[in-house]
Amino acid sequence: MNDKARMHTITVLVENKPGVLARVSGLFARRGFNIESLAVSITDDPSVSRMTIVVSGDDSTLDQINRQTNKLIDVIKVVDYSEVPRIERELALIKVDAENQRRAEIMQIVDIFHAKIIDISETSFTIEVTGNTDKVDAIERLLTPFGIREVVRTGKIAMARGAVTAASGV
Amino acid sequence: MERMNGANALVQSLIDQGVEIVFGIPGGVMIPIYDALYERPKLRNMLMRHEQGAAHAADGYSRATGKVGVCFATSGPGATNLVTGLATAYMDSIPMLAVTGQVKTTSLGKDAFQEADIVGVTMPITKHNYLLKDVADLPRTVAEALYVARTGRPGPVLIDVPADVSFAMTNYEPPGPVSPRSYKVWNEIDESALDDVARLIAEAQRPVLYVGGGVITSGASEVLTKLSEKTHILVTTTLMGKGAIPETHPHSLGMLGMHGTAYANKAVHECDLLIAVGARFDDRVTGKLAAFARKAKVIHIDIDPAEMGKTVQPDVAIVGDCKQVLEKLLDIIAPREETDWNKQIMQWRNEFPLHCPADEERLMPQCVIGKVWEMTKGEAIVVTDVGQHQMWTALFYKVTKPRRFLSSGGLGTMGYGFPASIGAQVGCPDMPVFAICGDGGFQMTLQELAPAVEHKLPIKIILLNNGYLGMVRQWQELFWNGRYSGVDISVQPDFVKLAEAYDAIGIRVDNLRDVEGALKRAMEVNDRPTIIDFRISREENVFPMIPAGQSIEEMMVNRPR
Repeated sequence: MNDKARMHTITVLVENKPGVLARVSGLFARRGFNIESLAVSITDDPSVSRMTIVVSGDDSTLDQINRQTNKLIDVIKVVDYSEVPRIERELALIKVDAENQRRAEIMQIVDIFHAKIIDISETSFTIEVTGNTDKVDAIERLLTPFGIREVVRTGKIAMARGAVTAASGV
Repeated sequence: MERMNGANALVQSLIDQGVEIVFGIPGGVMIPIYDALYERPKLRNMLMRHEQGAAHAADGYSRATGKVGVCFATSGPGATNLVTGLATAYMDSIPMLAVTGQVKTTSLGKDAFQEADIVGVTMPITKHNYLLKDVADLPRTVAEALYVARTGRPGPVLIDVPADVSFAMTNYEPPGPVSPRSYKVWNEIDESALDDVARLIAEAQRPVLYVGGGVITSGASEVLTKLSEKTHILVTTTLMGKGAIPETHPHSLGMLGMHGTAYANKAVHECDLLIAVGARFDDRVTGKLAAFARKAKVIHIDIDPAEMGKTVQPDVAIVGDCKQVLEKLLDIIAPREETDWNKQIMQWRNEFPLHCPADEERLMPQCVIGKVWEMTKGEAIVVTDVGQHQMWTALFYKVTKPRRFLSSGGLGTMGYGFPASIGAQVGCPDMPVFAICGDGGFQMTLQELAPAVEHKLPIKIILLNNGYLGMVRQWQELFWNGRYSGVDISVQPDFVKLAEAYDAIGIRVDNLRDVEGALKRAMEVNDRPTIIDFRISREENVFPMIPAGQSIEEMMVNRPR
């Protein structure tokens, strides 16, 4: 057991019913588990929703999170991705000041990060970037000097590498 | 298949699931459901006087019978009045079903009259809950709710029924077996862990069994007693575990923890192997965690995987039904003989015995409980409220069978005892039922005297009356320099007259000589409740006591001088 707090990515498959998000988030709040990010949507099976939750805590906290979450009646499965080879992605939209004389510079950064400019006005760009958390952090940092007006991030989603799935067991 | 409205389908579903009685109170949106009760008298209704009483009565019914108690309440305030009862049942893992009325689905979220989001409110204090929006889901939801309530680690479940769902017509058909895909009941037992347990027990010099309510729930008392007899491992129980082994058995050490017996706590403190069965290392048991059983390896057996490592990291964890696990263990375990360790514990028992303080002048509560025990031969169902009298009962009433001692352990709900005793008496009509209460807690829910009289329930209410919120007073005496703030409740009704006002029987006792006669008289009453107002010594304390968050080194066996 590691008693150092670190980030963990867990996936929770739940019944796609009203109130399920409240049950999961309420449990986390009540038991003092810190949610860093949370992404929810339905899956290929419309009766199942998938939550990807990034939490911080030591190993015993994570163990409790898994066990307590599993106890919720609407939770079908909890998968801890912390030790699993995985792909993680998050998407961010960044609205940044883009006066004429600085546009080229910003476009260069966008290119390097394989990001996209998806909206443009006389004074701003809106940039879409996809990648792991580090990459999104990095482009955000590099764009800061230009004047960031607004940032929205989806929170992380994750999938195991290879043929295995969350439902089949990673 | 039969055509009926949702309210009738609800009542019929409960009947088809084997429910015989509900405790409840109607209200606007519950009228269709109460009308269905009128139509279907097979489901008896016990009309309570406050919804909290209904919830506690359902809980007491569950605890005494092992079946699932059911309560009804209307929307808004009716539903919120259930909250304390649901939380009480949740903390003690008691199966229960609450059905609440709700405003019609089209009014939900509009702040309609008597609307409260009871599903939202009770999410953290129920095992699961449902907002029933479609009448077609009704029979399956009722079946599923009862299934969830009683299986695995049991708990209360709530179904919220909007008024328009009660009115909607449906083709009622009893549902087949239910097993929601997302609900996991643990039923495989890790065999290799069982071998580890057997090995640890064989190697241990100083083992102790620490047993909680899980053993009562799973019906494992007999196998636990056999295991203790085969291995000569002595047993201490939590408050919830009282009755798991007969407390008259030479292997029983009584209760452990804050107000546990000195010898049980010493045994746990000195043991080298602690075998926790159906218990959860509550802070009232462990005190200071770092000092708790620190010389011991820990085996933890419980049906709830989330209990493993929640408070104490076990050396061996077995998730499973206590009865199944203990049965397997009994088969593979090697017999052990009595050892010096057993003698050592017996020596502690002789050194620090429990005793009723003898006093000619004052009425000692311990002696009252001792007398109740003597006169019932430990065979009654004893339901306590919460406070000093609860701990005196835990210490001095030796419970001989499971489901004969009912008490709010986890939540510590004052006001629980008397309404819970109603549920117990209704569930076990042929058993003597004693509600042991303090004057504080009894006054929180005494309105339920009316239904107890109405239904001729011969409950014996043992009121240990000291005119104080006694447990708080005790703490103020011991840890707050005797500054008695907000604890004197000596302005109170005349409980004898109060009993008479309800057409119950009231007896007052203020000295030891009269205790036996009063109890005898109460035990002869068979058609109404009796309140015996025992005017006990006002400032008597519960000892032994380990102050909160401390270790056995700080144990007080008597009042400090």
